[in-house]
Amino acid sequence: MVQRLKEVDVVVIGVGMVGSIVAKELAAAGYKVVGLERGQARFTVPEFQSPAIHDELRFDVRKALMQDNTREPVTFRNQGSQVALPVRRWESFLPGTGLGGSMVHWNGQTYRFQANDFQLASRTRERYGKSFLDPDVTIQDWGVTYDDLEPHYDRFEYLLGTSGKAGNIKGQIQAGGDPHESPRSREYPTPPQKEHFQGALFRKAANSLGYHPFPQPSSNLSQPYTNPEGMKLNACVFCGFCERYACEHYAKSVPQTIILPVLLANPNFELRTGCQVQRINLDSTKKHATGVTYIDAVGREFEQPASLVITSTFAINNVRMLLLSGIGTPYDPATGQGVVGRNYAYQTMSTVASFFDEDVIINPFMASGASGTLINDFAGDNFDHSGLGFIGGAFIGAVNTNGRPIQYHPVPPGTPNWGKGWKQAVVKHYNHTVMFSLHGSSVAQRQNYCDLDPTYRDAWGQPLLRITFDFPPNDIKMAAHVTAKAVEIGKAMGAKQVAGNPRKGPYTVTQYQTTHNTGGTVMGDNPNTSVVNRYLQSWDVPNVFVIGASNYPQNASWNPTGTLGALTYWAIDALTNKYLKNPGRLVPA
Amino acid sequence: MDKVTRRSFVTTVGAATVVPATALLAPVAHAAAPPAPAKTPRVAEPAQTTYLFFNAAEVLFIEAACERLIPADESGPGALGAGVPNYLDKQLGGAWGAGERLYRSGPWQPGTPSQGYQLPFTPAELFHAALRAIDRELGAHGTPFHEMSAEAQDMYLKSLESGAHDLDGVPSPVFFDMLLKMSVEGFFSDPVYGGNRDMVAWRMIGFPGAYADYFEAIDRHGVKFEREPMSLAEDAHGHIHTRQDIPANL
Repeated sequence: MVQRLKEVDVVVIGVGMVGSIVAKELAAAGYKVVGLERGQARFTVPEFQSPAIHDELRFDVRKALMQDNTREPVTFRNQGSQVALPVRRWESFLPGTGLGGSMVHWNGQTYRFQANDFQLASRTRERYGKSFLDPDVTIQDWGVTYDDLEPHYDRFEYLLGTSGKAGNIKGQIQAGGDPHESPRSREYPTPPQKEHFQGALFRKAANSLGYHPFPQPSSNLSQPYTNPEGMKLNACVFCGFCERYACEHYAKSVPQTIILPVLLANPNFELRTGCQVQRINLDSTKKHATGVTYIDAVGREFEQPASLVITSTFAINNVRMLLLSGIGTPYDPATGQGVVGRNYAYQTMSTVASFFDEDVIINPFMASGASGTLINDFAGDNFDHSGLGFIGGAFIGAVNTNGRPIQYHPVPPGTPNWGKGWKQAVVKHYNHTVMFSLHGSSVAQRQNYCDLDPTYRDAWGQPLLRITFDFPPNDIKMAAHVTAKAVEIGKAMGAKQVAGNPRKGPYTVTQYQTTHNTGGTVMGDNPNTSVVNRYLQSWDVPNVFVIGASNYPQNASWNPTGTLGALTYWAIDALTNKYLKNPGRLVPA
Repeated sequence: MDKVTRRSFVTTVGAATVVPATALLAPVAHAAAPPAPAKTPRVAEPAQTTYLFFNAAEVLFIEAACERLIPADESGPGALGAGVPNYLDKQLGGAWGAGERLYRSGPWQPGTPSQGYQLPFTPAELFHAALRAIDRELGAHGTPFHEMSAEAQDMYLKSLESGAHDLDGVPSPVFFDMLLKMSVEGFFSDPVYGGNRDMVAWRMIGFPGAYADYFEAIDRHGVKFEREPMSLAEDAHGHIHTRQDIPANL
């Protein structure tokens, strides 16, 4: 028995970062908005408080804040010729659940992509020629430019209070910042966080090699800050329990600290938690959405009619929502036709470990999620790729976030996996090792995509999302190149031993890499190669907007959240100033 | 740590808590650490584990095997001294053993290594199956694991790690991997979970545990952080953050 509810103006699926911001703006503009969140409500007090929040076993190893994979996992295979099997335990990537979404457990690393990234396909052809790319690489332009997004990046950073040092303000290079960044209109809202020892060692070594180190832009704030919504944040204390944890201190910018209280105070908004949306409903023309169907926490089924549906769930869940709803043509890798699920990409992560003598005391446990130091000299297209046979790059940084010992106990290559030799190496190196992350771009590749699994189902009886992915040869080459550069920095730090660990295939779901899954509902100018237009509006069903990292046609060298925040405000601008005034297609199909 | 008599310790804890005398024996690494900033007693586990999950024969293997994986040495206690078997017992006997956070719907296929764990066993089922098979395998050769020399124990563990024993449906490397992972968890997780007794493993490497406040210390580069580690059972600050403008509940 489906209960039909009273129609509202807007339904927002998923009340995480994107959902909170969109709902806040539309409710403030006078629209009746319902937010459907599958997880539970949770707030800094009482849910995120210490000492219970500082529990490595519960949050890191057992993944307490993550999507309930016993009910709703994904299936995975490396190649289309294999049988996809369920990811029975999360390891490689960790989508969150609950009010505030994955942002609750993020690290606060708040980057912008560069101008080049938004026009990657055309700029690559211009600079390196038409035949430079592997024909299986399906990168494309975004349909928006950096200049389109700059005001929205700015607004997002000021919402978060991001702590950093500008490197380029309106074309003027700023000492101490990242000289490679595209111009920003003003300085960061708050100054950079204090630099930890790993960062200082890295900075000196990078400088000695002629590179351009700068402080990691952090949304774990360096000082108290009041954002434009009137929300007050505190200074971060470098607790070392950031990613995979919630912040107890009101120091990490997450929906609970930056916007949710404002949203929840608006009577135009109604939050419903424990609501699992089954599908977006379409009318008989399949060109118009009538609302959504969801099942609540006690198993009752509801239809919520709405004039506008915004799906703002985690990237891969956005893809699944469209597939379950029959919105857009599913991608077929055999023909290259179809768009939903196309251009699924990831992030190509490599590491370098530098082992010092025991008189160099690192204290790895003193860190925020984003208090490192890094260089962009080998990121994006900041170096000449002629003759290298790949595009893209990685930032290299001493950006280690913690010393939580179940998962962090670095040992040199050749150390036994257990026994006395292992234990002695752990004791010897724990406090005397500097870890670099190499945060690499990820090209879209014809064979990598998402669709619905033919066999496995979720707890509600719906097909799981099936991910087919392996690292493109382009990215494996990139990882090897950049890792060699990072090893040189480790040596320049004076480490006794430097171990580079470039990413290699095959991609495996058994090892944590990053939760930067992108693509599958990509944006663009052409309905044959994109799911949504440049305003994130569905080409097929114009009263559905899809907002997430699923919009990225390929992934760049930086953490995706800053760009997603900018896209969110960009889409809000189009919604409030264009679409809602005159509902219809914002771009002719 | 200051000398603590049983009397004063029990007084601090309160009459309701039973503290075994062994908890008062400070290990070497512990005595070298600077004094705790006053207050709460440290978490203590009974030295004698009350096994709820493992049967008597399984205990003999688990205790001996864990101690080979993480042996006592000059740096401090190993798995046994840290209570790792107790951790394993409580985890396997609880929600984790029963398949917490494990998607358990079929159909079942072995898959490729990159697809991860694909067996139908819960961790509890996997341990019971594997341990029964190991007991039978070793029984046939005459010497139970716990009676072997340390060298022979290591050789047998290596054969599980990289060999292809079929342990009643469990490939031995899968069992070994789970045993090793859980032993490391028990060694380094908070003592509230029954391992890392008296925070011995944290002291060994210099991890301050749940203390988690380094605003003043972070830019004293290269300076060793000298403080007793803190368990979840303690509260370093004695305060709770509250903000009236944020609803605690909906």
